Amino acid sequence: MAHGPAKGIGRWLFATNHKDIGTMYLWFSFAMFLLGGFFAMVIRAELFEPGMQIVKPEFFNQMTTMHGLVMVFGAIMPAFVGLANWLIPMQIGAPDMALPRMNNLSFWILPFGFALLASTLFMEGGAPNFGWTFYAPLSTTYAPPTVNFFIFGIHIIGASSIMGSINIIATTTNLRAPGMTLMKMPLFAWTWLITAFLLIAVMPVLAGAVTMMLMDINFGTSFFNAAGGGDPVLFQHVFWFFGHPEVYIIIIPAFGVISAIIPTFSRKPLFGYSSMVYATSAIAILSFVVWAHHMFTVGMPLAGELYFMYATLLIAVPTGVKVFNWITTMFRGAITYETPMLFAIAFIILFTLGGFTGLMLAIAPADIQYHDSYFVVAHFHYVMVAGAVFSMTAGVYYWLPKWCGRMYNETLGKVQFWISFIGFNVTFFPQHFLGLAGMPRRYADYSLQFADWNMVSSIGAFIYGASQLLFLYNVISTIRSGEKTDDPKVWEGAEGLEWTLPTPAPFHTFSTPPEIK
Amino acid sequence: MAANPVRKTALWLLIGGVGMFGFAMFIMPPLYDVFCEITGLGGKTEGRYAEQNAAQQKEIDLERTVKVQFVSTNNGAMPWEFEPLTYEVKVHPGQPQKIAYYARNTTRRDMVAQAIPSVTPISAAKFLRKTECFCFNEQPLKAGEAAELPLVFFIDADLPKTVNTITLSYTLFDITEQKVAQKRPQKTATLATLN
Repeated sequence: MAHGPAKGIGRWLFATNHKDIGTMYLWFSFAMFLLGGFFAMVIRAELFEPGMQIVKPEFFNQMTTMHGLVMVFGAIMPAFVGLANWLIPMQIGAPDMALPRMNNLSFWILPFGFALLASTLFMEGGAPNFGWTFYAPLSTTYAPPTVNFFIFGIHIIGASSIMGSINIIATTTNLRAPGMTLMKMPLFAWTWLITAFLLIAVMPVLAGAVTMMLMDINFGTSFFNAAGGGDPVLFQHVFWFFGHPEVYIIIIPAFGVISAIIPTFSRKPLFGYSSMVYATSAIAILSFVVWAHHMFTVGMPLAGELYFMYATLLIAVPTGVKVFNWITTMFRGAITYETPMLFAIAFIILFTLGGFTGLMLAIAPADIQYHDSYFVVAHFHYVMVAGAVFSMTAGVYYWLPKWCGRMYNETLGKVQFWISFIGFNVTFFPQHFLGLAGMPRRYADYSLQFADWNMVSSIGAFIYGASQLLFLYNVISTIRSGEKTDDPKVWEGAEGLEWTLPTPAPFHTFSTPPEIK
Repeated sequence: MAANPVRKTALWLLIGGVGMFGFAMFIMPPLYDVFCEITGLGGKTEGRYAEQNAAQQKEIDLERTVKVQFVSTNNGAMPWEFEPLTYEVKVHPGQPQKIAYYARNTTRRDMVAQAIPSVTPISAAKFLRKTECFCFNEQPLKAGEAAELPLVFFIDADLPKTVNTITLSYTLFDITEQKVAQKRPQKTATLATLN
């Protein structure tokens, strides 16, 4: 009955197996992570010293824009989709994703989307240079002619995300093993279910925003053009109606990963499972009604500022529930500090720090001071990098032995963790100081008083960048020559259906559904 | 089709996604405009492109005087000369007032402009009522041509008591290229041409 994977390139081109597609997503996102990271290195190299050294300001703007777009849409989002593909069927006892052919399509259009986007770097006029938030009229009236490639790239990437989300919802709602009720589902599957609903709700809004841009640029409409009766502020509302749920789309699957790792290495069940589910749902619902806290300086009336301020502060409550649950899970646990656990603990500390700066930014009068300064840059890198990327790294170390049947090098893993941790904080902690001192974001140059901390930040960035190459090396050497293991559980304290399967996970799993007690 | 639960789920989700796209494209922009017009947020004056019914005019409140200031801005690289001929007037609520802006096409080509109004404070936006305004129409001016652009308005007597000064700002946009691109017949304004 069971047959192995097809031979040659066809295995990947025509892949319908969730594990193969998951693997492709993960490798693709890592490639994008390196590309976006390279852009970041260009940015930090230019900012190493005041004055213009390496690139022209126009190119610097293209780098900041492309760095943001590639990291958000190319690195973090597909990485979590890859994890979802690998793990959700194994965690809920399903043989595969519900819609395997659509799964193939949703992966294979991604490289085309990013080829469109990245090709603009080699075109006349250069890549998009209007920031990853592409505010009109910068992205319409004053955009480079390559903006159309950017728009179609976003359309393709969005279609891919929507198809991936439909697949995940169809899988988790229809293919759970008999006896696995929704409230018995592992938290990673839960967080992805919620994320997928967010994606289906807001990715079409992003598609709508870029479509309106396309019409304004090419077909003479005036959605965002005040001269024709439109309003550029409308763009910001539409964008952030997408953009705020988007930041939770990035972080909520990370919550799921952390909720799997912390109990394993604490050797205790997760504290407050159901409150975790409700807190995550609450965060997702609140994410739709707080978008204008990105726009406190746009000229809203006092009532609007107050509403968006209080609604935003409210999100700290369910987020706090999650953080306390993780800490309580660790409390009095028999904790061991393997690499995934180190990354998970760093996640909790640094994500909470990023959450606190988020609370500072949520206070409207304070935000008017911090707006568009490096304080904001520091804030969202604490939640995106130390949040999403650290949890991804933790997840890869945690499940890699299950995937390939080989153990990674623990020493190398810990070394990589400490280099990442130090490099990350050296990069981004000083940016809080720069922002509070008044350094604006998105400029290729800065006043002399910002020189010292910028140099520190750049040195940290190079260290952090190098640590990712170490990560790549560790993963490849594990797959090629890591110490073999066939223990189904791999980790002593691991719980869940994926750990009942043989190691490495066979090509086909749960062809007959498991029994859930 | 509905027999297969996976397909049913996928179909509903697809409908949801398409629905959200429609929401972003066709509901959000008009909703935003309506919201701004009702609340006066963003300084949008009521009836931006059509005159107000003069019948809305109530009795003149001689007890109260409101200062109205006029401001002009050229958007981007718009090369026209554009400024109010009167910078400030004092009016009683309900009293119609006529003023004019001056515009001159300083270039050597024929151009079309559109003026977009905005009112500060935004709480006053709904109470500044225009019965005649050059902003209702596009303004074509030939190369070197100048024009006086008339504006007639009154302040609604319901203007909040806290507002004593209103600033009416016009931003002039160059829409020549859009006009050429659209190739649709231009509405011409009645202009008191100077030369």
